Amino acid sequence: MAKNRTSVFSWVWLLIGILYLGLPLLSTLGYSLSPEVRAGNPISFSAYFDVLSDPKFSANLWFSIGAGLLTTVISTMLLVPTTYWVQLRMPYLRSTLELMTLLPIVVPVIVQVFGLLALYRSTFLVNGSGGLYILMIGAYIIWAFPYTYRPISAAFQAINVKVLTEAAQSLGASWITILLRVILPNVWGGVLNSAFITFALALGEFTISSLLAQQTFSMYQFGVKDDIYKPIAFTVISFALTWFFIAVLQQVTKHPSQRNAARTTR
Amino acid sequence: MVAADSKSTVMVTEPRARLLARPAWLNWNWLGVAPFFLFILAFLLLPATSIVRGALVDDNNQFTTQYMLNLFTQVYSTPYVNTIEISIVTAIVGGLLGFLLAWSITVGGLPARIRSAVLSFSGVASQFAGLPLAFALAATLGRSAPITKLLSNVGINLYPSFTIYGVLGICLAYTYFQIPFMVLIMTPALDGLRQEWREAADNLGASRAQYWRLVALPILLPSLLSALALLFSNAFGAYATAAVLVGGGVGGALIISLKVASQFSTDSMTNPHQGYALAFGMILIAGLTILLYSYARGRAEQWRKSGT
Repeated sequence: MAKNRTSVFSWVWLLIGILYLGLPLLSTLGYSLSPEVRAGNPISFSAYFDVLSDPKFSANLWFSIGAGLLTTVISTMLLVPTTYWVQLRMPYLRSTLELMTLLPIVVPVIVQVFGLLALYRSTFLVNGSGGLYILMIGAYIIWAFPYTYRPISAAFQAINVKVLTEAAQSLGASWITILLRVILPNVWGGVLNSAFITFALALGEFTISSLLAQQTFSMYQFGVKDDIYKPIAFTVISFALTWFFIAVLQQVTKHPSQRNAARTTR
Repeated sequence: MVAADSKSTVMVTEPRARLLARPAWLNWNWLGVAPFFLFILAFLLLPATSIVRGALVDDNNQFTTQYMLNLFTQVYSTPYVNTIEISIVTAIVGGLLGFLLAWSITVGGLPARIRSAVLSFSGVASQFAGLPLAFALAATLGRSAPITKLLSNVGINLYPSFTIYGVLGICLAYTYFQIPFMVLIMTPALDGLRQEWREAADNLGASRAQYWRLVALPILLPSLLSALALLFSNAFGAYATAAVLVGGGVGGALIISLKVASQFSTDSMTNPHQGYALAFGMILIAGLTILLYSYARGRAEQWRKSGT
C-alpha cells in the first residue's frame, strides 16, 4: 500500500496542536517546579516529594487501584459473556446491546448520579460510604460502557463464534470450558484493550467520586488545603501516570510483529 | 401411551404440545443476557426513569407538566441556552482543530511514531478536565502566567478585562479536551479514506481541492456530523471543569449541569421536582443529540460496507 506523502501542512497542524495542548501542560509543569523560587531555587521538586510522601496520596491511590480493578473485572464479566451469547444465540439483540452501551452518553454524569441517589434514597445504598461505594462502582461501569464495549464488540466480530462453539461442543466441552478456553483466547486482544481503558478511566474519574464522597485518587487534590503547589504537582503526576499507562496499553495490544518494526526484516 | 402408527402418535402428543406452547422468542436464551440487562436496569434505566417520574409529578404524586414548563422561564432557560451555545462553539472549534490534527497523522502522512504518540496523548488529554485543567489554564493564562507576560510584552494586555473564571475560560478549557476527543473519533474515519479513491480522482484529473470538495468531504460528512454530535454531548454534560471555574450561584446561570447540582443540593428538601425536571431536560437534549449521532453513523457505515 502506498504511503501517504507527508504534506507540509501536516507539520503545521501538528505544531498548532502541540501549542494548544502542550503549552498549558508545560506551564503547569513549570509552575509545579517553582515552589522555592522566592528562596532562590528556580527548580525544585519539593512539591513532588511532598505529594509522593503524603500518606493520603498512597491511600487514595490504592483505593482507586482497588476500585479500578473491581470495575474492570465486573465490567469484563458483564460484557464478554453477554456479547458472546448475543452473537451466538440472539443476533437480533445486537443493536439493542449496542444502544444500551451508548445510552450512558445520553445521560450526563451528574444526572446519572442524582438518579441513583434518588432511586435508592431509602435503602442502605445511600447511607454510609459502603453503600455509596457500590453505587460508585456501578456508576463507573455504566459510564465507561461506551468506551469499553467497542473493543470487545470489534474482537467478537472478527471471529466466527458459531463455528468455534460447535467445534468445541462436538468435542464435549462444557459452557465454561468453551468460554474460557476457546472463546476468550480468541478475543483476548479486545478484552485486554477494554480492561485497560476501564482501569484508566476509573483511575482518573472524579465527578462521580466527588458527588458520592469517595476518597479516590483524583480526589486527593481537593483534600489539600494548605499548599497550592501540591495539587499542581499532583496534576502533573496523574497526567504522566495515565499517559504511561495508555502507552503501555498501545504496546501490549499491538500485534507482536508490529511491536518493533525495525527488527522485522523478513 | 405411544401408539404404533403415526396417526395416533399425533393425537397423543398434540394436547401435550399445546400445553407447552409458547411464543418462539421466549426461551432460555434470555437467561444468558439477563445479568447484563439487570445491571443496566438497576444502574441506568431505573435511575433515569425515576428522574423522569420525579419531573412529571408534584408533591401529591399527581401528574403535572408544571415543572417542565417552568424550564422555559428565564431563570432556568438561561443556563440551558448558555450551555448549548458553549457546547456548539467548543464542538466546532475543537472539532476543526481536532480534525486537522487527525488529518495530519492519517492522510497527511506524519511518521508512525508521531501518530502513536498523538493518539496515546489524545487518549489521556481527552479525559483531562476539572481541577487539573483549571490549574493548567491558570498556569498558562493567569495573571502572573508566562503567556500573559509574553502577550503584554508585545502590547496585548489581557488583564484586567479578561478572566478565565467565566464563559471564555470555560470555552478555552472545554476546547482543550474537545480537540483530542475529535482526534480519537476521526482517526478511524480518515483511515477509511481509501487510497484508491484518491488515485481514481487523480486519474480523472482532479486537483487536491477538487478531491476534498467532491470526494473526501462528502464521504466524511456523516462521520463529521456524528463526531460533532458526540463533542456537543461531551461539552453539554461536562460538570467538574465548570464547577471549578465558575461554580456556585453564578455558575448556575451559565452551565446547566451546575444548575442541576445546585438545585439538588439546596432544594432537595423543598423543591426536588424542579431539580428532576432540570435533569430530565438535560436527558431530552442529550437524547436528541444521540439520535442525530446514530442517524449520521448509520449513513457513515454505508461507505465501509461498500465493496469498491
